[in-house]
Amino acid sequence: MLGKTAGGLYWMFRFLERSENTARLLEAGFRMALTRSKDTESEWKSVVATSGAQAGYSKKYDSFTDLQVIDYLLRDEDNPSSVISVTGAARDNARLVRTALTTEVWEAVNDNWMTLRDHLSEPVTPIDLPATLALIRKQSALVRGALYGTMLRNDIYDFARIGTFIERADNTARIIDVKYYTLLPSASSVGSSLDNVQWEMILRSVSAHRCFRWLDEQEMTATAIAEFLLFDKRLPRSLAFCVKQTTENLAYLADEYDMRHRSHDMADRMRRRLKSGTINEVFDTGLHEYISGFIRDNNTLAAQIEEDYRFIG
Amino acid sequence: MADTKKHYDEMFRADGTTHPPYQDYEQWFSGQDAARLEAKSEEAEAFFRRTGITFNVYGDAEAQERLIPFDLVPRILSNREWTRLSKGIDQRVRAINAFILDIYNRQEILRAGRIPIELIANNEAFLPQMMGFSPPGNVYTNIVGTDIVRTGEDDFFVLEDNARTPSGVSYMLENRETMLQMFPELFSRIKVQPVSDYPKNLRASLAACAPPACTGKPTVAVLTPGIHNSAYFEHSFLADQMGAELVEGHDLRVVDGRIAMRTTRGYKVIDVLYRRIDDNFLDPLSFNPTSLLGVPGIMDVYRAGGITIANAPGAGIADDKAIYSYMPEIVEFYTGEKALLRNVETYRCAEPEMLKYVLDNLKDLVVKEVHGSGGYGMLVGPAASKKELEAFREKLIARPGAYIAQPTLSLSTVPIFVDQGLAPRHVDLRPYVLVSPKGVDITPGGLTRVALTEGSLVVNSSQGGGTKDTWVLED
Repeated sequence: MLGKTAGGLYWMFRFLERSENTARLLEAGFRMALTRSKDTESEWKSVVATSGAQAGYSKKYDSFTDLQVIDYLLRDEDNPSSVISVTGAARDNARLVRTALTTEVWEAVNDNWMTLRDHLSEPVTPIDLPATLALIRKQSALVRGALYGTMLRNDIYDFARIGTFIERADNTARIIDVKYYTLLPSASSVGSSLDNVQWEMILRSVSAHRCFRWLDEQEMTATAIAEFLLFDKRLPRSLAFCVKQTTENLAYLADEYDMRHRSHDMADRMRRRLKSGTINEVFDTGLHEYISGFIRDNNTLAAQIEEDYRFIG
Repeated sequence: MADTKKHYDEMFRADGTTHPPYQDYEQWFSGQDAARLEAKSEEAEAFFRRTGITFNVYGDAEAQERLIPFDLVPRILSNREWTRLSKGIDQRVRAINAFILDIYNRQEILRAGRIPIELIANNEAFLPQMMGFSPPGNVYTNIVGTDIVRTGEDDFFVLEDNARTPSGVSYMLENRETMLQMFPELFSRIKVQPVSDYPKNLRASLAACAPPACTGKPTVAVLTPGIHNSAYFEHSFLADQMGAELVEGHDLRVVDGRIAMRTTRGYKVIDVLYRRIDDNFLDPLSFNPTSLLGVPGIMDVYRAGGITIANAPGAGIADDKAIYSYMPEIVEFYTGEKALLRNVETYRCAEPEMLKYVLDNLKDLVVKEVHGSGGYGMLVGPAASKKELEAFREKLIARPGAYIAQPTLSLSTVPIFVDQGLAPRHVDLRPYVLVSPKGVDITPGGLTRVALTEGSLVVNSSQGGGTKDTWVLED
């Protein structure tokens, strides 16, 4: 496979994953805002910060209102991470790698782009927001379904999956980090009811609050939720799960190509660390420090994969 | 542009009866419900949109990707008509290859004084870098699109020879696929020759032109300028159908005297490159130094027998409109036979007498740029305003060598499906021809382009034309 094709597949699925994560994040923010009687500025601010779009947003607006935030994250083409931007970028990448996709996957991505472009051609009001976010998640599920249902399990599939999980790990980590850091007014509120509500919002933003309830009868404490999101191998959006998947898909590549690279060792190290990690250790190091370290490692791994498999010249 | 002349209608005679190739179709059509056909037409559009069969329009930010309108009434040729046409095309394509080989080697046609030397010497498409070199199998134009128009029952003319990077073959294939999906019952009633072998034949034909350095099974790749190119859909479609890699210049580089593509496992050698970028962008070391689309050093590898470039650089010397006017002589010179397919009468404005005639009769003529394409920069006399005629007159006087002129032809019509039923529209035809050392292969059919506006003669997709499926009947 061409290095460019591998890179195109990887980025196509990173962008698709980002679109879905942005929708989830907005959903969480929206719910938070709904439960507040007044002054939802800080909730919307945290949504923007978590999406990593604060710098771009602040150039455009000097306040955080629902309409502005929704518009910036969903429809603004100046925001490279907005749903409309990444949906277009995913589709451009799909065109680039079209010879590597089944007709069904290509059509699902093309349909995703056409549908969302139409749907997002007008501003989305808070009343329409839930339906819009549901549509974004559904479209993304259709692409995933086509991928699962029709693609050969070869290197093409592996690069697609690696893109998905590198992006998802980054998104989950940032959700945990920025929420924890920016939302809490002071360290003294750790364990307070405000703290717990915010952690629940984090759970919601990765669609994991129900999973958490199924898990056991644990209380929704910061510790329990953090442990769940970091280390639970069964939760498809936990860091442990994402890294496990990335490692496995990299291992398939090593097998198929009969070639091991630096990225394989890096991924293995990350996986081992998550496997043996405990939540007490994390809180000892400091959650923010731990998460920052993870995001850094994840980015380094991504860059190494790009180099090892010659995505760019 | 409007025209009032009487045209040959390929489906209906003047008395309303049907020409033989269309009889079975007409019988089927007359039994169809208009509402169902209308629905089918919309279905086809949705199909094209969903599968992404679009083309890009440069400088059109509003609609970066457009559909080429598809008409559901096929254009039908009898086996006899096709056999005659394809014999003529075969002859012409062989002559074109012999001509290019000659021009870059012994130049016998120039020495024999059959065409003027200035025509080659001053031609932008002539590449001095190709002198003294013969490509693998002596094939210069591996892929040719010959544009043909019809004016009567037995009157076919070649309008243009596209010897560089003819496009549109993906539409020929997708149009058939669409028809098969929409009207399967038609194909069981009427025996139409298949076109679906084209990608397989293209691959085989390219592989048969592998360079001397190739050992083993040739690796074929398609070179595209990228996803923003207007024909990108076709490039990826052909690569996909051939099972070849679709590469861009930055995926390639010279490795140990060969051209190799950057893969996830390292560099892999390419034997045959079906390039869809212009000569000028192929190699910044040999041609346009600012181009980022090509591969630095590919011309050296090519000349050393390390890669086959299809079509060969410099092949465009055969298809500009000034050379076109000499095509009957060229065919005769290389095949020793009279040309089977006629040329449209052509006035070369470079020649003072012809220029005078053109200036005197401007309102009856079509004037085209020698190097232009796609219906840009042309004047259609009968449809032009006084002001346009005057503006063109000045252009002609300033640069006569840049133009040729032709009488306006009375192009044949084939009906399209409209709200009221069937309505005649002008058409042309581009059959697709593959050339390899093993011979010439012409896919039965081609791309029929159709002017969608009543009376219009402009069929180019960039100017709002549409397409039809083209059927060649079995005997």
